[in-house]
Amino acid sequence: MSTPVLELRGVGKRFGQVVAVTGVDLTLDKGEFISFLGPSGSGKTTTLTMVAGLQKPTEGSILLNGQDVVPLPPYRRNIGVVFQHYALFPHMTVAANIAFPLQMRKVPRAEAGQRVEAALKLVGLPGFADRLPSQLSGGQQQRVALARALVYEPPLLLMDEPLGALDKNLRAQMQIEIARLHRDLGITVLYVTHDQEEALVMSDRIAVFNHGQIEQIGRPQALYERPATPFVAGFLGDSTFLAGRVQTLADEKAVVQTAHGALRGHAATGLRVGDAAIVAVRPERVALLGADDAPRDNTVQGRVSDVIYLGQSRKYVVRLEDGAELLGLQPVGAAGVALSEGAEVRVGWTATDCNVLPAG
Amino acid sequence: MTAARLWRWAAWVLTAVIAVYLVAPMAIVVIISFSDSALLNFPPPGLSLRWYRSLADTPAWRDAILVSLEIMVITAAIATALGTAAAIGLASWRGPLAVAVRSLLMAPLVVPHIISGAAIFLLFDSWGWVGSMHALVFGHTALALPYVVATVGAALETYDRRLDQAALTLGASPRVAFLRITLPLISPGILAGLLFAAMLSFDELIVSLFLSTPQLRTVTVLMWSNVFGDINPEISAIATVILLVSMTLLALQWVLSRRRGQSVMPGLGR
Repeated sequence: MSTPVLELRGVGKRFGQVVAVTGVDLTLDKGEFISFLGPSGSGKTTTLTMVAGLQKPTEGSILLNGQDVVPLPPYRRNIGVVFQHYALFPHMTVAANIAFPLQMRKVPRAEAGQRVEAALKLVGLPGFADRLPSQLSGGQQQRVALARALVYEPPLLLMDEPLGALDKNLRAQMQIEIARLHRDLGITVLYVTHDQEEALVMSDRIAVFNHGQIEQIGRPQALYERPATPFVAGFLGDSTFLAGRVQTLADEKAVVQTAHGALRGHAATGLRVGDAAIVAVRPERVALLGADDAPRDNTVQGRVSDVIYLGQSRKYVVRLEDGAELLGLQPVGAAGVALSEGAEVRVGWTATDCNVLPAG
Repeated sequence: MTAARLWRWAAWVLTAVIAVYLVAPMAIVVIISFSDSALLNFPPPGLSLRWYRSLADTPAWRDAILVSLEIMVITAAIATALGTAAAIGLASWRGPLAVAVRSLLMAPLVVPHIISGAAIFLLFDSWGWVGSMHALVFGHTALALPYVVATVGAALETYDRRLDQAALTLGASPRVAFLRITLPLISPGILAGLLFAAMLSFDELIVSLFLSTPQLRTVTVLMWSNVFGDINPEISAIATVILLVSMTLLALQWVLSRRRGQSVMPGLGR
């Protein structure tokens, strides 16, 4: 096993009494794309800034290729950083911006010229060398910022919400391009975002941040299908939460007593019989049951209170007897039970499609 | 004619009247300077360059202009260097002490020059500096500093500090980041401060009066003393020369700020 490109050990940052980040442990292997996902103020950007060296951690260590870089200033870390607001130097041409890090590294002029050209080609902007940043669109500026951070081939690329200022279509396009660059160049990327879709599209692994800590870390699919906490289940995709108490536990299968009867699901680690628990179910896993359909592992009854047309699908809300609301998703054009507001319906889902999580 | 058009006309007329009121005295001074008469007649009976020739032939004027130019250049250089450093320091310094230092630096803007002049005179007199070049330079520098602090401060306010961070991550030391990124981007503000300082120094009278002696005096001080002697269009000629220097500095500032596509001429007047 080779040395990880980046390793965080118990990293924390305090501003006076305020704890911004605490106890962050993480290893990032060569070629890996990891996303920090979380709401604003959850500590993800602060952690990135500490890796970049723009802030010093108040505890823990940060190892880059096995070497502790905490004592090093940012300009000795050789890390690439792409900022949300591009931070291109407005008085320099595109070529001069990209050449800047090469000049700092005393790369000979001729070689620098070739590498700038190659970098521009890489990000799809050949022929833009002599423009000024102010003459470029937001998307083009972000490509230049990317080229500038890649041209010196840093072992690690940090990206701080780089697509936050772009509109939706451009963002989707840039996501695909960043994923392609990552694949083709084999670079190691640490990507900060509050957009769950962005994290799902590009990442090998996602670290979900909440209250200055990593709440859960794992592959996108694992995180989506087996969230460890209600926060992760709610932040990554939609979930309906039904509260109850754990009745039995066996082989990661739990039965939870709720206001809607006994519900079955996959048990998160750390649960014990008698614990307060939350049953989390994804809207797309909920099926509308016709009169002849057999009941599922979990079946509840209620009245449809809202139907929202989303194009590809319809989202609907089922109001259960005790007033709890359950979200469902029905693909448009699918055969099956017709949806109408006010109708009495039966909905069900299988035990493996839902998670029993510790409450609170 | 609609009411709106009438108002627009009225605004134009008012603007024209004010413009004439402001410019006319200068125009009259300039015209009289080309008079061929020994009296301050307006309009002059005939035109000539005799008063300019007289200026050039009088050593006192020549010396005074050179003294003023020398003081101007040195003052502008010192005030710009110190003012820029102060503005950069103040930009990232918070707290009551920073407010105190800023207020102190900006004080010459609000303290009447006669007060500053008297204070500077008393201090320099006790050191035996009155009548020396460095006394005049230091006096002018104190007055010019706030202009530089203000223009550079304004440039720094619009400067994006994240560019420094970007430069650091790209491998630039703080010194290199300042020289390659910050300095070029705030240079219009520095230039504006430099030209303001130069203008202020060149036509400063009150502090100069306190610090000048018959052996060393600025052109404004010499004008002042000549006003009480035999008055002839020579005074208009020297006034025109001063006007020309000030206008040149102003035009330079305007041209340079336009070429950079940004105006850094804050609404600072005297």
